[in-house]
Amino acid sequence: MLEVQDLHVTFTTYGGTVKAVRGVDLYVNEGETLAIVGESGCGKSVTSNAIMRLIPSPPGKITRGMIRFKGEDLVSLSEKAMRNIRGVDISMIFQDPMTALNPTLTIGTQLMEGLYEHQKVTGQEAKRRALEMMDLVGIPNPEERLKQYPHQFSGGMRQRIVIAIALICEPELLIADEPTTALDVTIQAQILELFEKIQKQTGVSIILITHDLGVVAKIADRIAVMYAGKIVEVGTKREIFYQPEHPYTKGLLRSVPRLDLKGGKLAAIEGTPPDLFSPPEGCPFAARCAYAMEVCTHVHPVKTSLSPSHQVDCWLQDERAKKLLATSSPK
Amino acid sequence: MLRYILKRLAIMLVTLWIIITLTFILMVSVPGSPFNSESSSNEIVQANLNKHYNLDQPKYIQYLEYIKSIATFDFGPSISKPHQSVNDLLGRGFPISFELGIISIAVAVLSGIILGIIAALRHNGIIDYLAMGLAVLGISIPNFILATLLIQQLAVNWEIFPVATWSSPAHMVLPVFALATGPMAIIARLTRSTMLEVLTQDYIKMARAKGLSPWKIIIKHALRNALMPVITIMGTLVAGVLTGSFVIEKIFAIPGMGKYFVESINHRDYPVIMGTTVFYSVFLIVMLFLVDIAYGILDPRIKFHKKGGD
Amino acid sequence: MKAIQKKNRHASVPDEWFQWKGKDMEAAEVVARPSLSYWKDAWRRLVKNKLAMMGLVFLILLGVMAIFGPVFSPYDVNKQDLPSQYQPPSAAHWFGTDGAGRDVFTRTWYGARISLFVGLMAAIIDVTIGIIYGGISGYKGGRTDNIMMRIIEVLYGLPYLLVVIMLLVVLGPSLTTIIIALTVTGWVGMARIVRGQVLQIKNYEFVLASKSFGTKTSRIIRKNLLPNTMGPIIVQMTLTVPSAIFAEAFLSFLGLGIQAPVASWGVMANDSLGAILSGNWWTLFFPAFFISFTMFAFNVLGDGLQDALDPKLRK
Repeated sequence: MLEVQDLHVTFTTYGGTVKAVRGVDLYVNEGETLAIVGESGCGKSVTSNAIMRLIPSPPGKITRGMIRFKGEDLVSLSEKAMRNIRGVDISMIFQDPMTALNPTLTIGTQLMEGLYEHQKVTGQEAKRRALEMMDLVGIPNPEERLKQYPHQFSGGMRQRIVIAIALICEPELLIADEPTTALDVTIQAQILELFEKIQKQTGVSIILITHDLGVVAKIADRIAVMYAGKIVEVGTKREIFYQPEHPYTKGLLRSVPRLDLKGGKLAAIEGTPPDLFSPPEGCPFAARCAYAMEVCTHVHPVKTSLSPSHQVDCWLQDERAKKLLATSSPK
Repeated sequence: MLRYILKRLAIMLVTLWIIITLTFILMVSVPGSPFNSESSSNEIVQANLNKHYNLDQPKYIQYLEYIKSIATFDFGPSISKPHQSVNDLLGRGFPISFELGIISIAVAVLSGIILGIIAALRHNGIIDYLAMGLAVLGISIPNFILATLLIQQLAVNWEIFPVATWSSPAHMVLPVFALATGPMAIIARLTRSTMLEVLTQDYIKMARAKGLSPWKIIIKHALRNALMPVITIMGTLVAGVLTGSFVIEKIFAIPGMGKYFVESINHRDYPVIMGTTVFYSVFLIVMLFLVDIAYGILDPRIKFHKKGGD
Repeated sequence: MKAIQKKNRHASVPDEWFQWKGKDMEAAEVVARPSLSYWKDAWRRLVKNKLAMMGLVFLILLGVMAIFGPVFSPYDVNKQDLPSQYQPPSAAHWFGTDGAGRDVFTRTWYGARISLFVGLMAAIIDVTIGIIYGGISGYKGGRTDNIMMRIIEVLYGLPYLLVVIMLLVVLGPSLTTIIIALTVTGWVGMARIVRGQVLQIKNYEFVLASKSFGTKTSRIIRKNLLPNTMGPIIVQMTLTVPSAIFAEAFLSFLGLGIQAPVASWGVMANDSLGAILSGNWWTLFFPAFFISFTMFAFNVLGDGLQDALDPKLRK
């Protein structure tokens, strides 16, 4: 349904040009949840904003690539045509529900304005739909709550409202940018369950942006691991969790606390991601990678398909590296 | 909300009391003021003063009587114009000053907001730089300088506008322009900066993600929030326009309250200075109070009595 | 076809590059963006702001001229020379002469002295009171803060210029009384800003850390809080100066401030009110220009400092 090819996004700043996204390929099928995971600053939010064409410009710009949604290339669409896609076909949920709602407008106004904008609805019809949505996302006393302002709701409730706003025009794709990061752990679980329920009821596809592998394990179908503006490994949840190939993916998984492994040390990945003002020529992870070879610092690895759904960008997949791995172990 | 209003009301009353007391203390302590000196050139004046300020009574009685007279909107007699009271002057001058002030504020607010919005929307563009350059200039040129320059160029050299008096709309153009430029510049800058800040907020991004049109986003989501700070400075602006009107009325010879006030200063007509100051202070402090209340009504977050949530 | 391409690219990589290299932690920690200290970074941004730099240069020149300008002039500030009244600018009188035949050039620099002195003194006094009051209020918090803030709220409601006018009527016009009158309520804004800054910063971890070591309150304020609150205070100071300069000129213009014949820009503007009607524009132009441009310079410098000192804006 959605296919992104070779997406490049740059930001021009005082200090130079930041290459925030450097050739991202991904696709989302109908009714599935794709999770994009990575450290902060790896370009995952930029990717999602690019799909919505919400990159602030200037300084941001989509310099190359294609975003194909239902046969149309969103990159070349006019701003006006794009408005008819935003909120209607593709919706977005933001990280912080405390700031995503306008403090001076009632929940009802904010919930229904998307409907009024895109569909010819009467006030009655809009209200009926709003109440339906409030019910779907689990807000009690919806009738009364519609008239209230954001500050009268808790964080979890606000995030439910944000989700309701995103869903009111029945979009086919929902992009959720760190939807649970700003919430308490107990609320997080509730919101994740809500996502599952919504997907079951409406069949909406979801792109879930997160740095939290726990969230991913719960609701993702497929996972794309992003690092320094590129997707370094993508696969089904099973493939990524049980057969990770990229050293970075492995490192990420090792850094998640697990109860089932006794005595296992929690391994953080040492070092910091490369500066995207001047990304390295070779593999961006090479400097932090225990398995780094000479080649990694010179040439960016090529995509290797391990299964129809599982691809990885890593020199370790090369025959010669496999030979090296068989005869010696890294320093 | 009620608690908020009551709190503001209390602060307002304390402020009023302080300014009234302050004027009283200052007047009583001023050397050479009629409150101290027994010698007065004019008997009618002295009689008026005695009557109004109870000068033959002890100080605390004077003070209480003084507060009482202000509470009943009686601002006392004049020395330099023996047969007039401050209330007479107010009755004649205030309507004109009020008109000048209201027009100036309306011009300043409208043009300032529009300029600020345009500048914010064309952020870092030529229009933005131009508008903000003008705004800094507007803040920097003192209103009395601007007024004299306007008279020199537009009235004396080019003879486009008439000056002096307050008799026709054409007479109003220059004084209003001189008086409104500063506040307009302040509003334009404030609107621009809050607008820019609001435009980076998540809820604006959210509104864009809903696919709303740019104008709807600006008017419905951004403007309302961006104008909140403008409301908070309205009190200060009114004060600025009011004090500005002293010099503007003096320069343009407009027979408003400001002109009388300046004359009273020059003649050291203490009762008029005192009465007018108190009147203006009451006016301004009440304005500040109203502005606070307006802010409370417009910003739903201040109504903290009804707490919802879970 | 894709497969062939891939194979080719793989093949083009020399075999000897398949050697273990391991982590390169130095490379992994390299940050390309130059890291500058807060003040250096702020200065760098200020220098880039042409308008602000123009303001700074103007103010420095004005300061120099205020000190040395009258020295260069052969004319006495207040000496009247009626035969040579209203002379247009010439080689002898660069800025012309006024209605009493006084040299406008000389008087302008005397006016600059007064304006700068009033502006700077008002700013310094405001800052001193504001920092002490706001610092104590914000740092102590609780009941103390509550009471101190109520006092500020009340003072804030007082109409500034009216109070100043009242005070001047009573104290009598002079340079000292102007400064006193301007600062009696002028510090309130500064105190508010300082308090806000202190409140924001006092819960920072480094302050809690030094507190837990038993450091004295005064020391915490001095060593930890002040350096971190300097930015907004400096900005507020730069904006206090022009408003004080304006107030002085305004009051002198009303006849409440500096008294003629002393040369203050406000006095000079007031003196020349009648003159412009007869076409002697220079008597008004020079004081008007210098008042406006000095305020302009302080305002753009203040704006520039605000942009430069606000780390949030760092891009």
